[in-house]
Amino acid sequence: MKKLLSVFLVLVLMAAALVGCSKAPSQPAASGADAEEIKIGINYELSGGVAAYGQANLEGIELAVEQINAAGGVDGKMIKLVTYDNKSDHAEATTLANRMMTQDGVLAAIGPATSGAFKATIPVAEKNEVPVVSGSATADDVTVDDKGLKEYAFRICFNDSYQGTAMADFAMNTLGAKNAVIIMDSSSDYGKGLAKNFKEQFERNGGKVVAEESYVEKDTEFNAILTKIKGEDFDVIFIPGYYEEAGLIIKQARAQGIDTPILGADGFDSPDLLELAGADALNDVYFSNHYSSLDQDPVVLKFIEDFKAKYGKDPNAFHALGYDAMKFVADAVGRAANLDGPSVKDALASTENFVGVTGSFSIDENHNPVKSIVVIGLKDGVQDSITRSGE
Amino acid sequence: MGQFLQQVLNSISIGSIYALIALGYTMVYGIIRLINFAHASVYMLGAYIGYFAMTYFGLGFFPAILIAMVLCTIIGVLIEKIAYKPLRNATRIAVLITAIGVSMLIEYGMMFFVKANVRSYPPMTGFLTKTFTLGSMTITTQQILILVVTIVLMVILQFVVRTTRIGKAMRAVSQDRDAAELMGIDVNSTISFTFAIGSALAGAAGVLVGVYYNSINPLMGMLPGLKAFVAAVFGGIGLIPGAVLGGYFIGAVEVFVAGYGNSMYRDAVVFAILILVLIIKPAGLLGKSTREKV
Repeated sequence: MKKLLSVFLVLVLMAAALVGCSKAPSQPAASGADAEEIKIGINYELSGGVAAYGQANLEGIELAVEQINAAGGVDGKMIKLVTYDNKSDHAEATTLANRMMTQDGVLAAIGPATSGAFKATIPVAEKNEVPVVSGSATADDVTVDDKGLKEYAFRICFNDSYQGTAMADFAMNTLGAKNAVIIMDSSSDYGKGLAKNFKEQFERNGGKVVAEESYVEKDTEFNAILTKIKGEDFDVIFIPGYYEEAGLIIKQARAQGIDTPILGADGFDSPDLLELAGADALNDVYFSNHYSSLDQDPVVLKFIEDFKAKYGKDPNAFHALGYDAMKFVADAVGRAANLDGPSVKDALASTENFVGVTGSFSIDENHNPVKSIVVIGLKDGVQDSITRSGE
Repeated sequence: MGQFLQQVLNSISIGSIYALIALGYTMVYGIIRLINFAHASVYMLGAYIGYFAMTYFGLGFFPAILIAMVLCTIIGVLIEKIAYKPLRNATRIAVLITAIGVSMLIEYGMMFFVKANVRSYPPMTGFLTKTFTLGSMTITTQQILILVVTIVLMVILQFVVRTTRIGKAMRAVSQDRDAAELMGIDVNSTISFTFAIGSALAGAAGVLVGVYYNSINPLMGMLPGLKAFVAAVFGGIGLIPGAVLGGYFIGAVEVFVAGYGNSMYRDAVVFAILILVLIIKPAGLLGKSTREKV
C-alpha cells in the first residue's frame, strides 16, 4: 500500500513538473506593452547575511512607488512591484531574475544590493533584454568589464575607485595631509580596490604613502601594527574596509594616543561603528558616503520628512539609494519610446541631470552615474559635518 | 626602544589571554589525554556571559567576570559529564571527534540564539578608561587589568595544584590513573574538577577579551583556541608552567611578526611553529620525552 502511494506521489510530482514546463513559455509575451500597469521586478536580499541592505533598499523603493502612484503613476499607468527575496544568495538571485523576466514579465528590475549578486543577474538581463538597475553595487566592474559594456546593467551609485580617489583628494585638499598610512582589509576586493585608488591619487597629488599595513576579516588585534606605524611620520590614516574591523582599529589607535584624522569609505556607514569604537574615539573620523541626513538640500529634506512619516525612523544611505533607483527607473519609463526592454534601456542610458536624494547625476557611456560624493565627518560618534566633492 | 617596549606590552596582553586558554587545554590533556576542542567554545561562552551580565544587568567588571567564571565552570563540568564521561573507555579518537562535535554544537547553537553578528561590550567607565603615558609608551588600565587578573588566577591555580588535597589528586591521576584509583582517589570527581578549573579560566579570558577588544561573536573562539593549543604544545602539553610560557611566547611571536615584519604572515608563523615543534621536540619546550608504554 505504502509503495503504491509513493509511486502515485511520484507520478503526481512528474505531472506537476510537466505542467509547469509547458506553462512557462506561454507567459512572457504579456510584457508591460499593453498592460494597464507597469511591472517592476524587485530582487533584493530580504533575508540572510546582508539583509539589512536589501530591506533598507526596499523600504526606499516602496516609498518612491507610493509617491509616484499617488501622483498619477507614469503616463497614467500605475507601478506594480513584483517582490522577491534572493536570501543573500547569488544563485537564488539569478533564478529569481529569470523568473521575473520570463514568467512575471517585468519591464525592468531593481536589485540586488551587493555587487556580486547584481553581477550574477546581468547575463539573464542581457538574454531577456530587460534592464536591471542597482542602487548600491559599487564594485568597479559591475557595468563594464574586459568584455565591454553590459548593455542592460545600470547603477546609480559611484564605484569603489571613485571613492578611493575622492578620499585622497579630501585628505589632501581639505585636511592638508602630506603623508598617509593605509591599513587595508586585504581579504576583500572592496578594501584592495579602495587602497589602490587612494594611493594612486594621493601620490599623483604629490603626497606620500609612508606605510601600508593589512589585516584580514575578523581580526581583533591591531595594537602591533598600530605601534609600528606610530613611529612613522604621517598626518592621516586611511582604512579601506568594513565597520567591523575599522571600529576596532579606530578604538585601539585612539587608545594608543594616535590622534591624526582617520578616513574611510561607505563601509563605515553602520550604527555598529559607534558601538565598536566608542564615542570618544570617533573624533576626526571622515568617510565617503552616498547621502547624509545632515544635507540641507530641499530634495533631501523632503525625502527625510516623507520617510519619517511613513516609517517613523531616519533614513540611511541604502534607503536613499533604493528611493533614487525607483525614481530613476520611473523617470526613464516615462521617457521611453515604447514600453519594452530595449526602449527603457535607451531611456535609462540617456538620463541627464536626474535630481535624486543622493545627488543629481547623468548617466555616462559606461552606465555609471556622474555624481558628487558626500564626505561625512564624525564628532563624538555622531555625524557633525558634510563636505560635497567631485561633482 | 620605546616602540620595542610598547610591542612587549602588546604581546603581554595578548599572551595573557593565550596563556589562560592554554591552561585549560593542557590540564585536561594532562589528566585524560584529550585535546578538548570544546574548550575554545567555553571561552566564547564566557565572553557572552560577561556581555549579558554587563549589558542587561548593568554589572561592573568584577561581578561580571566572577559570574562568567562560575557559569563556565558549570558548563565545563556538564560538557564533561554529558559528552566525555560515557566515552571514558572508548578509543581516544572517538573522544577527540566528540570534542570537535561539542565545539561545533556550542558555536553554531550560540549563533542560532544570539545571531552571527558582532556585538560590543558596553562602554567602560571609571578606572577602566584611564591611560598612562610612560616615556613614549602608552599603557591602558585594561592592559594592566589583563595582566593582573591573569597573574592572580595563575597564582591561585598553582596554589590549588601544589598544596591542596584535590591538587595532589589531580597530579596523581595525571601520572597514572589506574594506580591513583587503587590508592582510593575518586578519579571521576578529579576529572570533573580539572574541567571546572580549566573552564573557569577560559571564562575569565573571554570576559577580558570582550573588555579589551570590545568585539565578540559566536565564532570568536576558533582562532584563539587553535593558537592557545599551539601554545600548550609549544610549552609541553600536560604541563601547567609550559602552557603559561607557551601562551606568552605565542603572543610575542604574533606581535613581533606583525610589528617588525608583515602582519599578513602573523598566523602563518604561529602555525609553522606548531609544525616545527612537533617535528623537532614533540614533547614541547619543558616536556621530557617519555617512551610510550605499550
